[in-house]
Amino acid sequence: MNESDSNPMPSIDDVARVATLSRLALDEDGLEAARRDLSAILGHVAAIQSLDVDEVEPMPRPQDVVNRLAEDEPGPLLDREVLLRMAPRTEGPFIAVPKVLGEGGA
Amino acid sequence: MKHVNNDSNQSTDRDHADDLVARVRSVRDGEATTTDRLERMLSRIDDVNPGLNAFREVLREDARRHADSIDTRLAAGENPGPLAGAIVAVKDNLCTTEGRTTCSSKMLEHYRSPFEATAILRLRKAGATIIGKTNLDEFAMGSSSENCAWGPVRNPHGVDRVPGGSSGGSAAAVAADCADVALGSDTGGSIRQPAAFCGCVGFKPTYGRISRYGLVAFGSSLDQIGPISRSVRDASLLYEVMAGVDPHDATTSEMPVESPLSDGPLHLEGLRVGIPREHVTDENHPGVTDRFNETLDALRNAGVKIVDVDLPLTHHGISTYYVIAPAEASSNLSRYDGIRYGHRAEAIPGEGLEALYARTRSEGFGPEVRRRILLGTYVLSAGYYDAYYTRALKVRRLIKQEFDGVFAQCDVLLGPTTPAPAFRLDADLDPVSMYLNDVYTVNANIAGIPAISIPGGIAEDDGDALPVGLHLQAPAFAEPLLLRTASALETMRSKA
Repeated sequence: MNESDSNPMPSIDDVARVATLSRLALDEDGLEAARRDLSAILGHVAAIQSLDVDEVEPMPRPQDVVNRLAEDEPGPLLDREVLLRMAPRTEGPFIAVPKVLGEGGA
Repeated sequence: MKHVNNDSNQSTDRDHADDLVARVRSVRDGEATTTDRLERMLSRIDDVNPGLNAFREVLREDARRHADSIDTRLAAGENPGPLAGAIVAVKDNLCTTEGRTTCSSKMLEHYRSPFEATAILRLRKAGATIIGKTNLDEFAMGSSSENCAWGPVRNPHGVDRVPGGSSGGSAAAVAADCADVALGSDTGGSIRQPAAFCGCVGFKPTYGRISRYGLVAFGSSLDQIGPISRSVRDASLLYEVMAGVDPHDATTSEMPVESPLSDGPLHLEGLRVGIPREHVTDENHPGVTDRFNETLDALRNAGVKIVDVDLPLTHHGISTYYVIAPAEASSNLSRYDGIRYGHRAEAIPGEGLEALYARTRSEGFGPEVRRRILLGTYVLSAGYYDAYYTRALKVRRLIKQEFDGVFAQCDVLLGPTTPAPAFRLDADLDPVSMYLNDVYTVNANIAGIPAISIPGGIAEDDGDALPVGLHLQAPAFAEPLLLRTASALETMRSKA
């Protein structure tokens, strides 16, 4: 977990934590394969740690543009039938989801 | 730089007798009909697509209806637009109301979009007929079009070779003459690298030039839609039709769109062409080096001023990209949870919602997409965010500043599009080696500048004759300079 670690090698626990955050179900082999891949990629990416960027402003977009706001006006809505046709499961005019209450706030 | 070659349009016509511009002209002049042209391409697809796997879906009936309406309007003396008669294929990560939009992912196997991408709407309004949706690396993540849920795409120049990626289906479709032109998307080279591997022109405009509305999001600060075509003037025409501000995409620029080739190709004499030393190394394939050196000699003979420039951050581009792109992807792809649309795993009684999300996403996404989601989540997670993500955004600014510096010394940059021609399908590259395919192309996405790959000759590799690409880059919003230079270079090469 050391940010300045120059040789990043995520542990199996790190990968398991990231898989949980990613909402991906990985078995033991999957975790080990992911650890190997992430280590190789992060090993390559580590090169940017050598650059002096202390005085540099981060650049989230390729142009320093200012956001453009749209008028707050109602626009056309998608038809309910169109939206329901996209859903994997429906019940009447609703999208059906698994029961979520009573499982400890998941 | 501002000298115009007055006879250039005539020579361009002669050089590109069979490009999109020539083909739509033949329809407008009554020498061909859209329907006849479409039927020829549909039979071509029937013949070659089983071997190439370039198309995810052929929109046969919709295309027939559209082609018929274009011919009817032409017969009535109407002008359906500059693309009347054009047959266009579009990458299957662009939303169409006809057919499905799968992103070559099991997650979206049955997904039908309720709306159409702005770029495609504009093509249709200009008279284009959409023939089908082309195959790609799943969610546009890849450089070989092998990461496809329903089998890899093959290169028309050698079916045991990859067509490049991620827009491999679009490049293969154009190279195999299954479409006049095709749309791709480019996040780190995904238009230009497959265009180079398949002998086509591939153009990525400045970030913000073409609306991303209806392009399934991968790396939102990097993605741009662009054409894969037979000539630079084809790419320019499609760009002109699609570019411009769109209320549905707040990142589109309000800068007016110029007609890039209205003044014809540039007269090359006096043009300052920068050659990044880092792009012409001994590590390039010998065929790539030979073809590039021949082009340089021809440019010198044409009076171009060759300027050696340094882009020392070139090799940090891949590292920067593989932090920013997966970070944005992990956020963008969090929407696929199996609830409102897309794949949903079979529910197990008593299972919680979190477990259902995780099984849905593990079943729906392929290995490369899962890998990038994990990587993106890692670099955004507590303890690593500043060390990776914030740092990569800072390096992005350094890369942008590096481009600003070299564009003070030269008008455009020229280099090979890729270090080597198309590799074999069974090359079995590890992730990092695969990512290095984009070493010369990613920095244009990181800095948001326009770039184009044009055919740069043929390289011999292991007994195969394979196309290689020439890569031109220009400052942001300098599309006219970029395309006029590319057009002049294309004409020069065709006369060689």
